[in-house]
Amino acid sequence: MSGPSTYEPKTGIERWLDSRLPIVRLGWDSFVDFPTPKNLNYWYTFGGILTVCLMVQILTGIVLAMHYVPHVDYAFASIERIDRDVNFGWLLRNIHAVGASMFFLAVYLHIFRGLYYGSYKAPREVLWILGVVIYLLMMAAAFLGYVLPWGQMSFWGATVITELFGAIPLVGGPITEWLWGGFAVGNTTLNRFFSLHYLIPFLIAGVVGLHIWALHVPGNNNPTGISVKSSNDTLPFHPYYTVKDGFAIAVFLLIFAFFVFFWPDALGHADNYIEADPLVTPAHIVPEWYLLPFYAILRAVPDKLGGVILMFGAIAVLFVLPWLDTSKVRSMRYRPMAKWFFVIFLLACLGLGWAGAELPDKMVPGLEAIGVDFLLFGRVLTIYYFAYFLVILPVLGFVEKPTERPASIDASVTGGKSAAPAAAPAE
Amino acid sequence: MKNIHRALIAAAGVLAVGVPVAAWAAGEYKKPEEYTWSFEGPFGTFDQAQLQRGWVVYAQVCAACHSLEHLDFRHLGMDGGPFDQVQLPGEDYYTDFSADPNQNPVIRAIAAEYMIQDGPDEFGDMFERPGRPSDSIPSPWENEQQGRSANGGAYPPDLSVITKARYGGPEYIRSLLLGYDYEVPEDLEVRPGNYYNPYMSGQVIAMPPVLFEDGVVYEDGTAATVDQMAADVTAFLTWAGEPHMDARKSLGFIVMAYLLFLSILLYAAYKVLWSRVKH
Repeated sequence: MSGPSTYEPKTGIERWLDSRLPIVRLGWDSFVDFPTPKNLNYWYTFGGILTVCLMVQILTGIVLAMHYVPHVDYAFASIERIDRDVNFGWLLRNIHAVGASMFFLAVYLHIFRGLYYGSYKAPREVLWILGVVIYLLMMAAAFLGYVLPWGQMSFWGATVITELFGAIPLVGGPITEWLWGGFAVGNTTLNRFFSLHYLIPFLIAGVVGLHIWALHVPGNNNPTGISVKSSNDTLPFHPYYTVKDGFAIAVFLLIFAFFVFFWPDALGHADNYIEADPLVTPAHIVPEWYLLPFYAILRAVPDKLGGVILMFGAIAVLFVLPWLDTSKVRSMRYRPMAKWFFVIFLLACLGLGWAGAELPDKMVPGLEAIGVDFLLFGRVLTIYYFAYFLVILPVLGFVEKPTERPASIDASVTGGKSAAPAAAPAE
Repeated sequence: MKNIHRALIAAAGVLAVGVPVAAWAAGEYKKPEEYTWSFEGPFGTFDQAQLQRGWVVYAQVCAACHSLEHLDFRHLGMDGGPFDQVQLPGEDYYTDFSADPNQNPVIRAIAAEYMIQDGPDEFGDMFERPGRPSDSIPSPWENEQQGRSANGGAYPPDLSVITKARYGGPEYIRSLLLGYDYEVPEDLEVRPGNYYNPYMSGQVIAMPPVLFEDGVVYEDGTAATVDQMAADVTAFLTWAGEPHMDARKSLGFIVMAYLLFLSILLYAAYKVLWSRVKH
C-alpha cells in the first residue's frame, strides 16, 4: 500500500492465486511487511485492542442472540435463562456486557491519543472522519444493546433518548412514532432495536476496514508527528508491532477478565435488574457511563431542542476538527500551549461525565462555598468543550510558537545522533 | 406537559406501590449495615448449610407473598446450589446429584410438596398434580392484580434477582429485614398498613415485619434467631440471583493466571525482539 509491494509468492499455488486474487499479497503488505514508525508508544496499541473488542462483541453477541427472545414479555426472562441455564451463558453475557464498557474505554483512549498527537491532520483527515463514524455507530449499538435486557433503565433510557427526536420542529412527533413503531416504546420498538443491534456491528466492521485502508495509505502517525522520511524511521509491522500489540492486548484482557469474573455488575445499574415497567419511572434515569458526558451537555441547555442540537453538535464538531486546528505542527509534544489546553480538555470531558451522573441541582463537592451545582458545572465544562474546538485550536495555530522538533523519527529515538553508520546508506 | 403528566403518574405509582426506586446513595435513606458474608470477595463461596437454611426461610416465610419466578426446583440442586450434595438414607457419605438434579431425591421431595396446575389433558381440562423438579417454583399469586389487592395495592416484588436489583445488594436486603425496630421520626406520617423502615426508599414500606424468633425450625439445629434467619435468607437470595457465582470466581482465577502468564511471555518476547533495534 504505501510503497511497492515486497511480497514474493513462493509456491505454485501462491503464484496462481496472486495473479487472480492477490489477497495474500494484501495481507502481507498490510500486516507483515507494512513499514511502521519505530517510535510508536503504548498509546498506539489501542487500534489492535479495539479490533479484539469488536471481534469479542460480535462472537459473544451471535451466541447470545441464539438464546435471547426479543419480546417484551420474555426478554427479561430470557436473559435470566442465559444466566442460569445456558452452558456458560453467564460468562457470555458478562463478557458482552463488560465488553461494551471495555470497548468504550479503549476507544476513548484511542481518540484522545489521536487528539494529542494530531493524528487527524493532513493527510489523515479521512482516516479521522471514518473513526468518528465508527464512534457514532458504536454509541448507537451500545444504546440499542442496553435496551434489549428490558430492565427499567433499558425501557426508560430508550424512552428518554427516542423522545429527544420529538424536539425537532414539526416532524419531531411523527419521527418519534416512526422510530417506536407505535405511540410509546413497546414490543415493536424492542424488535427493531434487536434487529438493528445485530446489524450495526457488521457496519462497524465494514467501516473499520475502510479505517485501516485509510490508515495504510499515508501510514501511521507517530508521537513526534513528523512524517516518515526514510526507511531508518520504520520497522516492519510484523514481528515488531504484532508482539508489542500482542502484549498490550494481553494486559488489556487481564483488566477485562478482572471485571468479567470478579466485578461483573460494577459498570451496570441495579435498576436494570428490575423488569421494565411503563408505569413506574426510576427516580434517576442515567445512561451508561460512556454516554454520560453527552447527557451532561444535553442537560446544560434549558431548551430541549437546544440541548439536542448541542449534544449532536458535540460529535459533529469532531468531523470538521481537521480543518479547525490551524497549527502546522501535528504532535502536541512540540506545542507548549496546546498541550495544556488539551489536558484541560481531557479533564473537562471527565468532569462532564461526572456532571452527567449526578442530579443537576446537587452541589459539586468542594465547590459548595461558591454555590456551584452540577448544572452550572456542566454548563461551564460544555462551554470549554466547544471552545476547545471552535476557538482555542483555530487561534493557537496563529499565536503559538512550537518548540524545536527533531530532524526525523530516527533522530528522535536515537537522541539526536544519526543512526549507526551501517544502517545509514545514502538514500 | 406530557412529561409533567408522566412524572405525576410515576410519583403516584412510587407512593402507592412503595417501590424502592431511589437509593441511599442519594443520602436520603439509612445506609445498609455492614455484614461479613461467606461469599464476599474474590475467594468467597456460598456456605451450603446456610443456603439450605435460607431456602427454608424463603419457603416458609417469604414465599407467602414473594415469587421466585426465574427459578425452577431443579435449580436448587444444580452445581453449587443448596441441595446438590445429598446424604441418602443409610449412607454415611454424600452423593453428588448436580449432573441431573431431576434425579435428586431431596429436590423431588421439595417439588412434590407443591401442587402444580398442568394440562390441558385429553379432555381439555386443566388438572393439578404434585410438583416435579423441572417445574418453576410457583408464585403465591395467580396474577399481579391478585397480589396487589391482597397487599393493600403494593405488589411484593419477585425475589429472583433482588440482591442485584437493589443498591447495597445483600447488605441492603439484610438491613431491610432487620430494620423494623427504629423509632418513627415525628415528621413522618406512616399510614395504616405501612411500616417505618429507615433502609427503605422513602422510609416507608408496605411489608410488615415477618421474621420472629423461632419462626422456622432449622434441621441442622441452628437457633432460628431473627438475625440468623435474615442472614440465611439473604445468602439464599444472593445465590438465587447468581447461582453460578462460585464457578465464576474459580474460573476467573484460572483465566487471570493464564493471561498473566501470557502477558509475561509476550513482554519477554517484545523485549528480546526490540533489543535488536535502536528505538
